Amino acid sequence: MLQIRKLPLIVFALLIVVFPWIARGVPAIANYPDLMVFAGIYCLITIGLSLLMGYAGQISLGQAAFFGIGAYVSAILTAKYGMNPWICMAIGMVAASIVAVLVGVPSLKLRGHYLAMATLAFGIIVFIIFNEEGEWTGGPDGLIGIPGLNLFGFQFNSVEKYYYLVWFFVFAVFLFTINIIQSRDGRALRAIHVSEAASSATGVNVSRYKIVVFVYSAILASLAGSLYAHYLNFINPSTFDLFFSIKLLIMIALGGMHDIWGAIIGAFLITFLSFEWLHFFEEFEIIVYGLILLVVTIFLPQGLAGIPHMIKNWLRR
Amino acid sequence: MDEERTDTILEVNDVVMAFGGLTALINLNFQVRRGVIKAVIGPNGAGKTTLFNVITGTFPPTEGAIFFKGQSIEHLKAHEIARLGISRTFQTVELFTNMTVLENVMVGCHMRTKSSFIASGLRLSTVRRKEEHMREKAIGILKFIGLADKCNESADSLPLGERKVLEIGRALATEPTFVCLDEPAAGLNETETLAASNLIRRIKDQGVTVLLVEHDMRVVMDISDDIMVLNYGEKIAEGPPVEIQNNPRVIEAYLGGGEEYDA
Repeated sequence: MLQIRKLPLIVFALLIVVFPWIARGVPAIANYPDLMVFAGIYCLITIGLSLLMGYAGQISLGQAAFFGIGAYVSAILTAKYGMNPWICMAIGMVAASIVAVLVGVPSLKLRGHYLAMATLAFGIIVFIIFNEEGEWTGGPDGLIGIPGLNLFGFQFNSVEKYYYLVWFFVFAVFLFTINIIQSRDGRALRAIHVSEAASSATGVNVSRYKIVVFVYSAILASLAGSLYAHYLNFINPSTFDLFFSIKLLIMIALGGMHDIWGAIIGAFLITFLSFEWLHFFEEFEIIVYGLILLVVTIFLPQGLAGIPHMIKNWLRR
Repeated sequence: MDEERTDTILEVNDVVMAFGGLTALINLNFQVRRGVIKAVIGPNGAGKTTLFNVITGTFPPTEGAIFFKGQSIEHLKAHEIARLGISRTFQTVELFTNMTVLENVMVGCHMRTKSSFIASGLRLSTVRRKEEHMREKAIGILKFIGLADKCNESADSLPLGERKVLEIGRALATEPTFVCLDEPAAGLNETETLAASNLIRRIKDQGVTVLLVEHDMRVVMDISDDIMVLNYGEKIAEGPPVEIQNNPRVIEAYLGGGEEYDA
């Protein structure tokens, strides 16, 4: 039975809560809470992507586009029109889900490489729009002056405050997704992954589920985009390019696609690698990612989250 | 005529299924009476599985009509047909290999339960109750098919015989009134075949109509009430087992030189 245990979840939550205090005391990791904000933002995307790819088996190479849609909707509406950021965040999610339906209805009929190509093309098109529609998006220079977030007068104006805000969202989304996985909907998604024929013969509305999970992943990416924009107060298109979509894929492949924890582990590792540990490689960084992907697919097809399972199987033998 | 109508659960009228140049089913007409086991036999490539695929909505027929309980279904999608009460198994077992035995059957319970994505995500108490209900129902089915002791094993780890049985269990979980079983005894040993025959009989005893494709003639002759013979997409004979066994056209087209040829 697919059971996600509570204990690791509680331990993880406690670690997240106390981490900023620890970081305050250790100069070497003083900047880690800032990285953790980004890790949390990426976690939001990878959780959705893990449900979409790992559980339902649908490839998306266009998640950066939904991340960008959230970021740009928030940025444009707040910076240019002075609207309430929380409302803009919601508008971003609605916009992302509409786009997801429009893209998903035709492309989710495709499978495997074809679905990958369709979502890849979608991602590239959106990236071009961010670059070219300068009147709205500020073109390649991007948008500045995106306000920070506040709630009932409480300003999320420090790294630590924003850290707790982001991780609040991550936990809400994580729990929601875990519940989905353990419900009849989660079983339906996993069923689709293995056999669409058997799923529909068993009464699962395959196309509806594919759309729902695609929309869900788009909404999460959009939420992440809004949080990203309000944290940095500045965005430009290069954040939302094809390489970012691939990086997201590397995150869940490294962490392990078939386990929702893999989404968290992968987002963490890749964030710290790219912001902190791989500076040394500079432009060769991309080669390191390639190597990671290669090693993982050959030696760890279940990702890092699959290691305990591998050890268990190995011991049984 | 009226009496015959109510007695008929499935009616296939002039169904043609063409794949490009290949016509897999040619003007096929037949009926299935409620509560019987009807077998469809015929040499490989006769169109038996295609017939199943057309009835269960894998693809719509090129021409013709199919009525289930008087309702036309040939234009419906597979999951809509399943909802009306037609369920099936596959010739090459299509289990959800990433799930446990119990979960496979619980997917079968899926469509007879309702819950929104959001309610599931929030794990509302109604969702928890339904989940518990589905689990109990699935365990009941596993007991019926004799796999209750394996409920937490991975479906992938079962031997072929049990995988076939599990697939039947998953089909039963959809609460069908009509099941299409595609070669339930293929690849099974003698004991397993006997158990499968028994299971199919018990399914019939529950009031479920069975449409059966099977190559094992002992199973077919033993449990069927009615047999239809296909050859190259055409019906060449139909009737009770004794009649079919002695039909010269069937012997010529299907059994070839003698019975051991097929067995």
